[in-house]
Amino acid sequence: MGMTIHLKIWRQNGNETPGQFMDFTAKDVSPDMSFLEMLDVVNESLVRAGQDPVEFDHDCREGICGACSMVINGAAHGPDKATTTCQLHMRRFKDGDKIVIEPFRAKAFPIIKDLVVDRSAFDRIQQVGGFISANTGAAPDANSTPVPKVDADLAFSAATCIGCGACVAACKNASASLFVAAKISHLGLLPQGQAERGQRAIQMVAQMDVEGFGACTNTGACSAACPKEISLETIARMNRDFAKASFDRR
Amino acid sequence: MAEASTKLDAKCPTGPIDSRWERHKFDMKLVNPANKRKHTILVVGSGLAGASAAASLGELGYKVKVFCIQDSPRRAHSIAAQGGINAAKNYANDGDSVYRLFYDTVKGGDFRSRESNVYRLADVSTAIIDHCVALGVPFAREYGGLLDNRSFGGAQVSRTFYARGQTGQQLLLGAYSAMNRQVGRGQVDVLARREMLDVVLVDGLARGITVRNLITGEIESHAGDAVLLCTGGYGNAYFLSTNAMNCNVTAAWRCHRRGAYFANPCFTQIHPTCIPRSGDYQSKLTLMSESLRNDGRVWVPKNKGDKRRPQEIPESERDYYLERIYPSFGNLVPRDVASRQAKFRVDEERGVGGTGEAVYLDFSDAIKRLGAPAIAEKYGNLFQMYDKITGENPYESPMRIYPAVHYTMGGLWVDYNLMSTIPGLHVLGEANFSDHGANRLGASALMQGLADGYFVIPYTLGHYIASQPMGKVDTQHDAFKASREEATLRLNKLLSVKGTRTVDDFHRQLGNLMWNHVGMSRHRAGLESAIKSIQQLRSEFWQDVRVSGDPGFKNSELEKAGRVADFLELGELMALDALTREESCGGHFREEHQTPENEAKRDDAHFCHVAAWDIQDSGGSINWTAHKEKLNFEYVKPTQRSYK
Repeated sequence: MGMTIHLKIWRQNGNETPGQFMDFTAKDVSPDMSFLEMLDVVNESLVRAGQDPVEFDHDCREGICGACSMVINGAAHGPDKATTTCQLHMRRFKDGDKIVIEPFRAKAFPIIKDLVVDRSAFDRIQQVGGFISANTGAAPDANSTPVPKVDADLAFSAATCIGCGACVAACKNASASLFVAAKISHLGLLPQGQAERGQRAIQMVAQMDVEGFGACTNTGACSAACPKEISLETIARMNRDFAKASFDRR
Repeated sequence: MAEASTKLDAKCPTGPIDSRWERHKFDMKLVNPANKRKHTILVVGSGLAGASAAASLGELGYKVKVFCIQDSPRRAHSIAAQGGINAAKNYANDGDSVYRLFYDTVKGGDFRSRESNVYRLADVSTAIIDHCVALGVPFAREYGGLLDNRSFGGAQVSRTFYARGQTGQQLLLGAYSAMNRQVGRGQVDVLARREMLDVVLVDGLARGITVRNLITGEIESHAGDAVLLCTGGYGNAYFLSTNAMNCNVTAAWRCHRRGAYFANPCFTQIHPTCIPRSGDYQSKLTLMSESLRNDGRVWVPKNKGDKRRPQEIPESERDYYLERIYPSFGNLVPRDVASRQAKFRVDEERGVGGTGEAVYLDFSDAIKRLGAPAIAEKYGNLFQMYDKITGENPYESPMRIYPAVHYTMGGLWVDYNLMSTIPGLHVLGEANFSDHGANRLGASALMQGLADGYFVIPYTLGHYIASQPMGKVDTQHDAFKASREEATLRLNKLLSVKGTRTVDDFHRQLGNLMWNHVGMSRHRAGLESAIKSIQQLRSEFWQDVRVSGDPGFKNSELEKAGRVADFLELGELMALDALTREESCGGHFREEHQTPENEAKRDDAHFCHVAAWDIQDSGGSINWTAHKEKLNFEYVKPTQRSYK
């Protein structure tokens, strides 16, 4: 006999319609189930009863695609540190627990349905500068520019961002600073990324504002909620690049 | 069975193999730079193949539209590839070369791939690494700042470039960033949350697609001058696989139903190192990169049904069976060999763990030799992932692993130019059948996806555009209208059944049939029964499936239903292909065809060909005909693979 879990799940049809919490009970939950497998079982029972299943984004279920996006008991991606919702397992909970599930809430992430939100603002930020301009076929030999291991490792750590948006959901201002800073750091730490470094910071930060994300007050909730533990240092790097580029431009 | 077909002209160049691609590039026609912007190219899928193709074609000046089912193109399943990407750079100075990578790939594919294609793949592999580094992909480096390499399953040289255990993520984000740059320049439009439901043919040419907007439910048409299908593999036919939940065959299958031949569907790869399933609720399986086999040792207890904890089993009572059977390759034998050997151990009742369907992958020797910090540096994120899923710490007790469906070598048939049997429909990456033969080597999938997108299609597509006369079409054309109507009808049909069983319920049952009869080990009786059972299940599906919700809104049940309906047809074809291929090769193991040592026994006299299937549907009754493309080996002479 497995656990019984009481769920309070946010349901909403589109951004313009008011939403509400609804109660569900998940029965016979195995501790080895993932959190999303527990929701699968709930959804299958809803379908059998002729009701609408709860919509949520998910895909790889390996913690790397960044699709899953839920606030579980008030925490983006739930209670485990450095863990996406899909990698959270039910052994973390006990029989009779109540779990509250909400979408990632932010003005820049309009609700599509239930727990599914629109994160296309993130793509638009990347499109204005999150790249190194190198055409296919024009590259020199890969070993022609050595990159110190320390820099390469730091760049890699910033590049592990999965674009899930937990940083925005966790921030009291719904700022996207950690997300933007991660890309600015990744590319700015590498020799290949120097030519566009200043312009990149200016353009990505400007787009972040256009999309309606809030301002950063260096509280650090973003980094604490980040499933890839992107460091707050990246934000310092973004601010420096932005300030330097702003002066250089004058 | 199979008849030679005139439609299957692979268009491979002839002459010395090392200059075929170079000469072919020169022989192909070019599109004037000023004319490229007059052509719209539709790219379906945004993984390594799709994103790299979109970026390169955008750079050249084509107008590109990219479609993906995810909320962002960055989430395509290429992102989950862990281990690495091969390239014949020979930075390790250990004797690698383009020719050796070509040789290893042909041999690894058990002589069921095209030599010309494989050579080209090996040839462009080095340019891929150069380009990815230029884009800022943070590959692992040594202290001197140069790129680090490691060896990977099936290779005796270190030619694999990697970015910790998340190489796919970094390569995909590189291609995504290159594509984003073209979005910024106005060359590429990305349409996310769109699912392709049909390819639209006008005068026999692929001129557009029909998609469902997954948010509004609207059925949309998009017209263009060519369609590039970059939609990945069909491993989810097995329900449980390492594929992402939304990976599916629908786009490819809809093309198959419009005349694109499906090649070698029975060539599936079962990856040896995955986390075993724990219960019936299991929704997917998780791969543990096979790079782990560089330092981990695979074993089972020598005695049947030994239920002791692994630490309590003394060295003398352990069977390190890969090292025992294959002394020269040991734990690094190719994937199909490692998977099959694990199955044999479980069949002998020497499996471990609660279900008995697992073997150990043990790091204790490596930790003693190198220290835990060195192991953490190499595999830290994999160990952490294992711990999260199983609740066990692999630094302290060995991992339990078992094979799982991981990759599909089969796919839509394409010629050397990556064009299918439908003119204008090109197929890239895992969605095509071309380069891996009957078994793909580790770290070669990422190489192929990027080779197709960055370095092959920019040339071959231009040749098609320049040589194929075509008029303008728009989405008001009757063919588009008919396609929209058909797609709508099918969705309404799925919703109107209102039966008693869920989509997942059918999918799970199909998966069981596939795993048991079309899995690691196949035989005639099992395949014949699978074909009957799948036909039966398909007819039950259309009478008893329950799909809830609204067609005009986000509805993941409806999305899944359409995909499972297609898997129920593909599953039958996979079994049929496996039944008619009366030999064992690579990942396709027929129990009737094995050596006395249980190794795969090829039949080159009768089966040295690609089986490309054509579908006929007469009022719901489906039949397939096989056409064969003969494979010629001028450079790597077919031999029995031996990893002893």
